[in-house]
Formats: sequence, structure tokens, C-alpha cells
Amino acid sequence: MRDTDVSTTLSVRVVYLARLREALGTSGETLTLAPDAPPTIESLVAALVRRGGHWAHELAAGRAVRFAVNHRLVNRAHAIADGDEVAIFPPVTGG
Amino acid sequence: MSVRVQAGDFDVGEEISRLRAHDRSVGAIASFIGTVRDVNDAASIIEMTLEHYPGMTESALEAIVDDARQRFDIADALVIHRVGTLLPGDQIVLVVVSSAHRGMAFDACAFIMDMLKTRAPFWKKERLPDGERWVEARASDDEAAARW
Repeated sequence: MRDTDVSTTLSVRVVYLARLREALGTSGETLTLAPDAPPTIESLVAALVRRGGHWAHELAAGRAVRFAVNHRLVNRAHAIADGDEVAIFPPVTGG
Repeated sequence: MSVRVQAGDFDVGEEISRLRAHDRSVGAIASFIGTVRDVNDAASIIEMTLEHYPGMTESALEAIVDDARQRFDIADALVIHRVGTLLPGDQIVLVVVSSAHRGMAFDACAFIMDMLKTRAPFWKKERLPDGERWVEARASDDEAAARW
């Protein structure tokens, strides 16, 4: 029973950086994801967009947003695992 | 091979001397220095602040340097990138590559910069006379990275 409980809750740390941190008004949060389907970056973004307001505006389809999971760049199809650190940020502008 | 992310300035001559010391197989050293311009998109820049993603930044730069080492026959490489608030004229980034011959050194240096511009988690915010703005990524940077 305990094992089942553990496998059905998935907790990730989400970090917002640079312009997105300012636009969303937060540098990060811990999210518990619904277990009904294997979660991906795409489904995480969809959950954030459902909040509406700035979230829907900044993360809307077609906006230039980049993602990293555990400090590696990934695309929207990337699967998320329990305990992952997901970073959401604008295209980089260093150099 | 080494990468550094730091607030302080760097001495290009000192860094090159250190990189080429003790390796007499090196016949070519290519370097790139990026600096803060005083004008961007027709606006005067008072200062620029560079934000990064601590934890990812070093590993992203190391991955780029590793990639360069696999693609090009190079002896050594160094990347230094500054963070924090910088003024026009300040140095932002240094890439130094050593190799037996110039072709590989030039190519690896350009490759590292093109990858850094599109894959390393740094963001620039400019302070202008009438407020602040985040620098937008340029399509030309994606095109430069795509040529590799």
C-alpha cells in the first residue's frame, strides 16, 4: 500500500529564471504532479498555463521558452521523474 | 580544459600564458574576448547585469568544451564568463584554445562561442537612461550555432 502511494505522487522543484522570474513573480516552487499520465515538460507547462493570467500569457504556445531538467537542456517531450529540478527560462543571451 | 564563472575581471595575458605553459606541442593559440558595448539596438547602455543559473552554468560550459575537444584536435581550452553588473568597455567572456595548428584553434574557438551563445544559461539585462530591459535572443546566434 505504501509503495502504491509513493508511486502515485510525483514532486518536482520548478525554477524560473531571468525575465520569466520577473514576469511570473516567483523564483520557484515545489509542484506535485498528477499521476494519471507519464508527466513531461509539455504536461507541466500545460498545468502552469491553466493557472491563467501571467502564466497563460508567458508560457503560451509559440512563446520562446527553454527548459532544463537537472541542469541539462531538454525539449518539451522530455519525461519528468520524481525529485527532478525543472528550470524554465527565456532563450539565453550570454557571451 | 577549464571553465570559470566569476564576478571579477580577468587578465587575458595571464590566462594565455598559463594555458600555454609546459606544452611545447602547441603552435597556435586562438582567443576571443567579448566586451560590453555602450550602445545596443539604438539605446545607450549605462550598465549591464548578467544573471546565470548556478549549478547548471559550469556544467553547460564543461559540456561545450568537451564537445569541442571531440570535434577538433585541440591541446587545451579555457572559458571564463563574468556575472553580475558590468559597465560599457568591461570584459564579459574569454575563450582561449590552443592547438598544434591555427585551423583547429580558430574553429574550436568559434565553435565554443557559438555554443555558449545558445546553450549556456546566462541572461543580460541592460540599464538604459529611461529604465531597464532584458536583452532578447538573436536569430543570428541560432544560425551561427546551427552551422556546426
